[in-house]
Amino acid sequence: MEYFGKVFLVLLSSILINNFILSRFLGICPFLGVSKKVSTAAGMGAAVTFVMAMASVITYLAHYFILEPLNMEYMQTLAFILIIAALVQFVEMVIQKVSPSLYQALGVYLPLITTNCAVLGVAILNIDEGYDLFMTLINGIGGALGFTLAIVLFAGIRERLEMADIPEPFKGFPIAMITAGLMSVAFLGFQGLIK
Amino acid sequence: MKAKDVLLNGIIKENPTFRLVLGMCPTLAVTTAAVNGVAMGLAVVFVLAASNLVISLLRNFIPDKIRIPSYIVVIAAFVTIVGMLMEAFVPELYKALGLFIPLIVVNCIILARAESFASKNNPFYSLIDGIGMGLGFTIALTILGAIREILGAGTIFGVPVFGQGFEPAIIMILPPGAFITLGLLLAALNKLDQKRQENQAKQV
Repeated sequence: MEYFGKVFLVLLSSILINNFILSRFLGICPFLGVSKKVSTAAGMGAAVTFVMAMASVITYLAHYFILEPLNMEYMQTLAFILIIAALVQFVEMVIQKVSPSLYQALGVYLPLITTNCAVLGVAILNIDEGYDLFMTLINGIGGALGFTLAIVLFAGIRERLEMADIPEPFKGFPIAMITAGLMSVAFLGFQGLIK
Repeated sequence: MKAKDVLLNGIIKENPTFRLVLGMCPTLAVTTAAVNGVAMGLAVVFVLAASNLVISLLRNFIPDKIRIPSYIVVIAAFVTIVGMLMEAFVPELYKALGLFIPLIVVNCIILARAESFASKNNPFYSLIDGIGMGLGFTIALTILGAIREILGAGTIFGVPVFGQGFEPAIIMILPPGAFITLGLLLAALNKLDQKRQENQAKQV
């Protein structure tokens, strides 16, 4: 029972309290790049969730069953980025074969995920925190859900900003940064949720 | 093309943070203090210069189809070296930067320079370009870190600048401060740019 309490805590904190984008600053590039429309943002979120869950598990296995027995922990960065790059390629091919409609929806975003630092970030965090396999999976999914939540909300706001009368120097990135800042203030409110 | 132009291009004209808006994750995350900004920047200078040099030397040997994975392996090797050196010689900074040292691998600036500059130019210019871009990044991070540290903690490089009565605005060193400071800085630079263009138009 206590274990499930801990699992719930990890899930909740990775979605809301330590939100990957708004408080850990992981995955800012896609957050700013593909957040012009809610539908594309949701597509990116779905693709990231899928890859992050799989990457968490596979990097966990690679770390504890390959790198550690060989005493090659220092190769972590190199090994993980190659695993993620290969995984993204693999996921892309599988989805294309199994579900062409899903591939159509996610297609463009899949290759971009390799350079999403949230994926490599969650893999390294899982090892640093010493999570077991199930917790690793939960942390990966939770982090990705937090990413999706933030990017979809942000896209919703940006759609409305298109109509707004913004001072000339603030157009584009500056106003997006300030919007993200205000969202981050709102997410700070979740800090008190877990003592 | 002159070496000086290549160097200045990265620092001013195509500043990776203020002009190209690349590599935002470390920019926002580590700039809670000026010294962290400097350390992160210098780590990036090393990785960028070294990977640019090596990729430029190998540019005629790497097959086109697998160039991106090859670049990533070269970059990851240098990131690992930087991580180990920092852990050994400046353990406190290594701890402060934490996760963001291994994450230099996925910093878009480095892959972007490898793809758009080092793979097309000779090793000497590639090295200079790496140093220039890295310094541009360092300067941007230091400015951002200094502003946040002054307002959020009342110090600069750890030295107090205000008297006893100063109440630091904690929000500046919390995550929202990073977004808001960078947003305002970018807007200010846009405004300056606009002014300069107007002046030029008047002279003509």
